[in-house]
Amino acid sequence: MYDFNYHSPNNINEALDIFSSSEDPKFLAGGMTLVASMKQRLISPTDLIDLKLLNELNTISLDGNRIILGALCTHDQISKNKEIKSKINGFSNLASGIGDPAVRIMGTIGGSLANSDPAADWPSAILALRSNLKTNNRTINNDDFFTGMFETSLEDNEILTSIEYEIPEYFKYVKFPNPASRYAVVGVSIAKYDNEVRVAVTGASHTPFIAKEISESLSKDFSTNFPLKTIPKSELNEDIHASSEYRQNLIDVCTKHALMPN
Amino acid sequence: MAKLTINITVNDKKYEKTINPNLLLVDFIREELKLTGTHVGCDTSQCGACMVMLNGRAVKSCSILLAQLNNQEIKTIENLEKNDELHPMQEAFRNNHGLQCGFCTPGMIISAISLVNENDSPDEDEIRKHIEGNFCRCTGYQNIIKSISEGAKNMKDLENN
Repeated sequence: MYDFNYHSPNNINEALDIFSSSEDPKFLAGGMTLVASMKQRLISPTDLIDLKLLNELNTISLDGNRIILGALCTHDQISKNKEIKSKINGFSNLASGIGDPAVRIMGTIGGSLANSDPAADWPSAILALRSNLKTNNRTINNDDFFTGMFETSLEDNEILTSIEYEIPEYFKYVKFPNPASRYAVVGVSIAKYDNEVRVAVTGASHTPFIAKEISESLSKDFSTNFPLKTIPKSELNEDIHASSEYRQNLIDVCTKHALMPN
Repeated sequence: MAKLTINITVNDKKYEKTINPNLLLVDFIREELKLTGTHVGCDTSQCGACMVMLNGRAVKSCSILLAQLNNQEIKTIENLEKNDELHPMQEAFRNNHGLQCGFCTPGMIISAISLVNENDSPDEDEIRKHIEGNFCRCTGYQNIIKSISEGAKNMKDLENN
């Protein structure tokens, strides 16, 4: 790993000031991806700004029918939160299926979303749910957040502070995990609000996306009679783990499983 | 690049160290403190041989910077044996042939104790799910599952006595 300067600011303003005055800085949350990438010399920031002391960013709260998650909440913390378990169990289950226990203790939801790995689990849920992502200076609608492979609409000097979503009447996430990494070869989230159903897919393409035809069909008829193979193979990933044809089929299989309550 | 001063407690002993920010926890434990019971297997946070306790819970020390742990407490495999007596989890691994080459064992035992700290009577499914982040290339896992199950009982009995 290349050398760098390490900072541990006490509040957001201090973090932003350090960012502005550094040459090539990066914000650090749990480090489960960032530290690994630095070890492999895939990235080499001059300054690492550790957000761990920003305690206001690691709380979970319930506001009426909305859940508000601080960006520094760990996967482990979310998976064990009693309120989330009782109101939206599928969200807890997603959290407890990320990586392994040691990774979940360190890794954070905000870090995962900001990193925008195309095979990560959270992006699928956040895209399916009626959600907003708050930063130090604005609110971003979930549909506008993921812009590409490892890319989001976050500006350089912008910190994701919280994620808020409306609790749906039904939510489930099902993934076909890579057996080594536990990343999703394909993962599908279904969120149902009255007559609106949103089906969001991760792992299958360069960025998470809404499966429009399946969502429309489920909005009218919430059953397994949805149209199959609606995503063209040309839009899906093809790699050593799975062909695009295989992923196309997995989207339908995961959707069917996600329609079965536990 | 600027050096950094870190306060950290390892196996009940306090250290104040001036370090390069790019020092990994595992390198600090092995190279500076010479506590070589913590192993490096894959070096990419997959295998779990490098697991140590951070505030009572297992983490992978190959993927954490020492700089992230100012004022925190770490325990390693060397801290388990007390007064020449093995920890009940270590004893259970010995009794059940829970190791062959032993390379993954420190991580397995730290991981197992972390599980029992949260769930004192894990069933087989819970044990299997918990050790997803620990790879063993010799045993086929069967005896590891048996060991953890017995170790959990032993830990509970010890606590109740």
